[in-house]
Amino acid sequence: MTIKMKTVLSLATVVVLASCASPPTREETMQVVKGSFKDRGIAKLDRLNQSELQQVCSDASLNNKDLPKDVRERLEKQQMTTIRFPADGKFLGDWKAGERVAQTGVGLQWSDNDKTVNGGNCYACHQLSPQEISFGNIGPSLKHYGKLRGNSEAVVKYTWGKIWNTHAYNACSSMPRFGDAGILTEAQIRDVMALLLDPASPVNK
Amino acid sequence: MKRPGLAASLAGCAVAMLATGAQAQGSATDEIAKYRQMLQDGNPAELLIVRGEELWKQKRGPKNASLEQCDIGLGAGVVKGAYAQLPRFFADANQVMDFETRLVHCMVTLQGFDRAQVTKSPFSGAGERPTDIEAITTFVVDQSRGVPVKISQSHSMERASFERGRQLFYMRGGPYDFSCATCHGVDGQRIRLQDLPNISHNKQDAARAFTTWPAYRVSQGALRTMQWRLNDCFRQQRFPEPIFASQGTIDLITFLGVNANGAKMDSPAIKR
Repeated sequence: MTIKMKTVLSLATVVVLASCASPPTREETMQVVKGSFKDRGIAKLDRLNQSELQQVCSDASLNNKDLPKDVRERLEKQQMTTIRFPADGKFLGDWKAGERVAQTGVGLQWSDNDKTVNGGNCYACHQLSPQEISFGNIGPSLKHYGKLRGNSEAVVKYTWGKIWNTHAYNACSSMPRFGDAGILTEAQIRDVMALLLDPASPVNK
Repeated sequence: MKRPGLAASLAGCAVAMLATGAQAQGSATDEIAKYRQMLQDGNPAELLIVRGEELWKQKRGPKNASLEQCDIGLGAGVVKGAYAQLPRFFADANQVMDFETRLVHCMVTLQGFDRAQVTKSPFSGAGERPTDIEAITTFVVDQSRGVPVKISQSHSMERASFERGRQLFYMRGGPYDFSCATCHGVDGQRIRLQDLPNISHNKQDAARAFTTWPAYRVSQGALRTMQWRLNDCFRQQRFPEPIFASQGTIDLITFLGVNANGAKMDSPAIKR
């Protein structure tokens, strides 16, 4: 083999190695990501530390796959244990206050602070009161929520649980964990419950 | 001259809001579309193009040099069509860079500016005059108008950047468990009445999203760059703040850009 040929071959090897460099693993990506953000106000770097649920659901959507059944069931069961029902057994508050919570989208951004009263921003993703036509569609319409379902104990508890931690019912749901993640207070959740279930609420008119 | 048009259109929105039901929402959406259409007549970003060009050609910084020798991927000083092929790998920096990162690189290496100083406040605040980065970016992107996006994936670091960007796009985190894909991974999704481009699975949406940034944001009275666009998404995603021109932001822009390959640049655009 001539020297020239050897050089060509070794160059080829280098090129092949470079082009076959294995894609970055999740750990490598996470390292880059963590170096790419900084604390600002209340939004600190620890928000990048993923829970097992966040990690598993990220991987599933990255690979465009559903969670394996056993994983999904295990996670949903685990999330179910986080749900805290109201100690005094009072599930429904004031639908008017609930409407305000549903309309407000602030909270937990770096542009907010620890005194900001968080909103639920329900209208960002759901239709609720028919008077409000500026609603999103990432979640299902909740118009006539109570009218269609009634307010049996099962419905009331399911609705509370769904708001508290939606992942108990659908592991990789897009909806935030309003109770479990401390986004809304128990009193605010009660008011949103009334917006959904009180027969006097515009949602059920 | 545009103002009466805007006012009339907004009044149209208000009238539509009085009605109820899905039909009303349809007509409100139509009115918003009309409002957007009216905005296309004149774009205040044009004034910034002029200022950006001046800044590009002016001798500035400790080294008293212009940016005319800055190589943004098509050779030193070539601006025409350059934005449309970024991010790409730059051997002199041994890194994949988007335009804003490359601009900072040139301001530091050619003009002698201090990197920390240049990147301290890259985005103008409400009512503030545009930053130099915003002005120069507007000038440079305008020079790619109509040029098809052509972002290379031939270097291994370009492919790695795309893959990290893809993983970051799907990364759920923070107190709301949101990823980019939560809002930008399904066709036809809206937040309130705002349409959300499906960036990961819809070629047309991905193309429109990438080719219309930077843009003049009417509601903020300011020119907003792609780095700003990501920054404001992460704020609403409840993440900590992305560092300007960090590798993670470049990777995400690589992911967005490669998904838009072939589409023609249409920036600076004008948005709500």
